[in-house]
Amino acid sequence: MADVNRGNRPLSPFMFVKYYRLQMTAFSSVMVRITGNALIAASFLCVWWLLAAATGPEYFEFVDWLIRSWVGDIVMFLSVWALWYHLGGGIRHLIWDAGYCLDVDVSEKMGWAMIIGATILTVLTAFVV
Amino acid sequence: MVQFNLPKNSKIVTGKTWPKPEGATNVRKFQIYRWNPDDEKNPSVDTYFLDMDRCGPMVLDALIKIKNEIDPTLTFRRSCREGICGSCAMNIDGINTLACIYGLDEIKGDVRIFPLPHMSVVKDLIPDLTHFYAQHASIMPWLETKTNRPAKEWRQSIEDRKKLDGLYECVMCASCSTSCPSYWWNGDKYLGPAALLHAYRWIIDSRDEATGERLDELEDPFKLYRCHTIMNCAKTCPKGLNPAKAIAHIKKLMLERAH
Repeated sequence: MADVNRGNRPLSPFMFVKYYRLQMTAFSSVMVRITGNALIAASFLCVWWLLAAATGPEYFEFVDWLIRSWVGDIVMFLSVWALWYHLGGGIRHLIWDAGYCLDVDVSEKMGWAMIIGATILTVLTAFVV
Repeated sequence: MVQFNLPKNSKIVTGKTWPKPEGATNVRKFQIYRWNPDDEKNPSVDTYFLDMDRCGPMVLDALIKIKNEIDPTLTFRRSCREGICGSCAMNIDGINTLACIYGLDEIKGDVRIFPLPHMSVVKDLIPDLTHFYAQHASIMPWLETKTNRPAKEWRQSIEDRKKLDGLYECVMCASCSTSCPSYWWNGDKYLGPAALLHAYRWIIDSRDEATGERLDELEDPFKLYRCHTIMNCAKTCPKGLNPAKAIAHIKKLMLERAH
């Protein structure tokens, strides 16, 4: 290679939305990660609630009030959505790993199915529970 | 490593706005990434205006017109102008594609052109593809045989030949690999969609006799398994190929031979 400036070459821009269009498949994929991580936090909340129950009535009353307040309700409602969505994502990975539905248009449809399915199942769950 | 911002020397500043063509009624605005290795400045985005009544239909036609008539310093790779050499791959209107076969009429509004994403820039729209080519070479992109050479050619049935359709057409333009977030963030160790599509092309070739060794080479947490089926590769491939599918089939073959 000719002797050119190779020392401080810039990195070309890559960021989603601004430089790279956010694709349906990429969006539904990153949402599986986000819901997975959010569910770790949500499961800690549940463990906290159980620990509070084991600690004593006064402490439990406080934590129980917090989790059953309207803020707690929203967090738990969104966590239910995350749980259904993440489950859908897992099933989609199983289908892919078996070698099926790997065309872009089918994968995009599965992404929409995960979002719509999770929403319907969340509303159903909220009615049942 | 996951990264959301550009390093300091890569931050983009506003560049030069070049004059509009005189007497033109059908003018279009082009915003193009510039970086010159010979000065100490940061990359910038220059603005050009073209008379579309005197411009060819493809993005590459516009780039060549800018280089010929407005700014001869604008630097980009191009050769065949018909989507077979893979030289003019770049980020156009938010996706990676070949400038020569992407129509200007497919873009709404201003035309934004950047080099392939998350690559080291040599100059303007030219990324450094050294590492990308080295990764391709690492998958042994040739026929490996152990039996004695036949008197004539290595023969293959029509059915076996058909398995290579959708794989052999790859022109190594790097659009797919540079569209992949896993490749952006782990490209030093993850082979990326292009190299893996080529790996699969040789793995399933009925004449190849190194399938086991090829799979051994890929049995690695990074080389193969950084693919999370994000599918930007298949969505962006200017040749309409599906690297994500090829990678999924390699993963499947890994499982099958383990049981």
